[in-house]
Amino acid sequence: MHSGDITIDNITKIEGSAGLKVTVADGKVTDLKFIIKDYRRFYTEAVKGKPFISAPSFLSRICGTCSVAHLFASIEAIEKSQDIEVSTQTKILRRLAYNGLMIRDHALHLYFFVLPDVLGIDSILDITDNHDDLGHILLHDSFDIKKLGSDITEVIIGAAIHAPFPTVGGFLKLPDESKFADLSLRLEKIRMQVLRGIDAFYNWNPVLIRNSDYLALRNNQNYNFLEGEIVNTTGKRVPEEKFHDFLKSVVIPYSQSEGYIFSDDHEDYLVGALARLNLNKDLLNPKTKKDSGKYIDIFPSNNIHHNNLAQAIEILHCVDDALDILKSLKIVNEKPVRKPPQAGVGVGVLEAPRGILYHMAKVNEKGIIEDYDVIVPTAQNQINIENDLKKYFNENLDKGEEVLKWEAEKIIRSYDPCMSCATNFLKMEWIRS
Amino acid sequence: MEQTNKKLVVGWFSFTCCEDSTILLTELLNTYFDDWVKLVEFRYLKALKTKNSLDGLDVAFIEGAVSSESQANEVKKIRQNAKYVVAIGSCACTGMPSATRNSFTPEHITKKIKDYMCRFDYSEKVKKLEEIIKVDDKVEGCPMNSETFLAVLYKYLKIFGVVKEG
Repeated sequence: MHSGDITIDNITKIEGSAGLKVTVADGKVTDLKFIIKDYRRFYTEAVKGKPFISAPSFLSRICGTCSVAHLFASIEAIEKSQDIEVSTQTKILRRLAYNGLMIRDHALHLYFFVLPDVLGIDSILDITDNHDDLGHILLHDSFDIKKLGSDITEVIIGAAIHAPFPTVGGFLKLPDESKFADLSLRLEKIRMQVLRGIDAFYNWNPVLIRNSDYLALRNNQNYNFLEGEIVNTTGKRVPEEKFHDFLKSVVIPYSQSEGYIFSDDHEDYLVGALARLNLNKDLLNPKTKKDSGKYIDIFPSNNIHHNNLAQAIEILHCVDDALDILKSLKIVNEKPVRKPPQAGVGVGVLEAPRGILYHMAKVNEKGIIEDYDVIVPTAQNQINIENDLKKYFNENLDKGEEVLKWEAEKIIRSYDPCMSCATNFLKMEWIRS
Repeated sequence: MEQTNKKLVVGWFSFTCCEDSTILLTELLNTYFDDWVKLVEFRYLKALKTKNSLDGLDVAFIEGAVSSESQANEVKKIRQNAKYVVAIGSCACTGMPSATRNSFTPEHITKKIKDYMCRFDYSEKVKKLEEIIKVDDKVEGCPMNSETFLAVLYKYLKIFGVVKEG
């Protein structure tokens, strides 16, 4: 039976810096701290006083991996504050670009961070050069999948990271239609590789079951990352602008990021691909449903490790959705919608790769940002992660320290947390004792 | 390019930033993975491996600005363990945009910001890498310019005799 402290100074194979400190006494976990260590950059404060037109590009710098999510959430918040309605073409192009983000971002997490856990090795750098080895095959699949995701975003919005084309009201530059045919060909070709990945994550089946409260965006027409209402496991629905009312923020003294619980029952909850599959699997692309039926049947699931399988299925959905869009996409030359600035408040809520992302912009009559708020997925998952880890440690203290550490990292990695995102907002109501 | 039997021993480190250059590095692996595993030993790369070491680095690539005394000490330790240090991306090279708080007026420094700065060891100013340690090369950009990065990497592959012109 383990007793004393178990410390992981730096959790690896995640985005950003986090640590874990577990105190064990008399066969029980007496304290557990999941510590987000990235230093804050106070961007939501820094954006105040800037013209709204500059805010989305600046705030995309919150995060390197999901910068497109922050860019789009910020643009949506500002457009709503200004009563700007964008064209159908703009909505379609944003959706297509977002598929590229999801494909690349999920593949990075699954194949570069989680795959070594599946293979029982430290790193993708240790994968053998044997071309028949499953690890080698999956890793090389991931290069094609990630590159295709990045190329979609590059063609549609100018870059995969900190994209220059999207702006408030539409696009500063429209994509080159001549590049669509190549993307379609590669999307068709990649399906087999994506399905191989789904099968690999389906066959890898560690189990940790605890919480069953989920939150996701739901659009009744289709599986949509950008538009919908926020729904929870009990069927409660709120519009985007009321999202903040759903939550209560919690200051965690040892962490650089606040956590969140439900405002009504003070329970923790989970956002991300697992929440989306649990609440929205009926809306997946028909082709995805047809080709991955047995994998989708696992959901709804309360096993946190199934967040990995959910991401793998979402890659296929995004491939199929991108194919559907590209089949009929014709670019019409149009300028961004612009109006004289007005005072207003707007909220943009979307599903970032790791879960619900909220941006709120308050703009004055001169078009200057007066207030700004961001709530990111990793902050929302922070308390859930801690409680999952407490359960795991309490049930497994008979295991050796190295095993406990490795399993704890696997649990944390399954959430796909991002610390860069988690340290950029500043709400505070309650100190957790 | 002719390959020798040596490998370039590299560390990759991230401080205060959005880690976009790390993401770009993982994108470059889509193309260069098979070449680099033969030429480069990533001895410290927290984004991709658990077993990391600072010992005997030929080149340390450092992204991000420096927000605190503890980060400054870490950066100095890396410098002591590396023959060359390359600043990666805008935050390491210029401090910005992570150093935006350096120009905050008193109105910006809210109670909430004060609370965080007191609870953790934030320095008064966010610093670019060069203000803490000697930097041998810079790869600017937000994220880093990938062509410049490849040129710098190739430069050190030659300096350490890992590849020869041919």
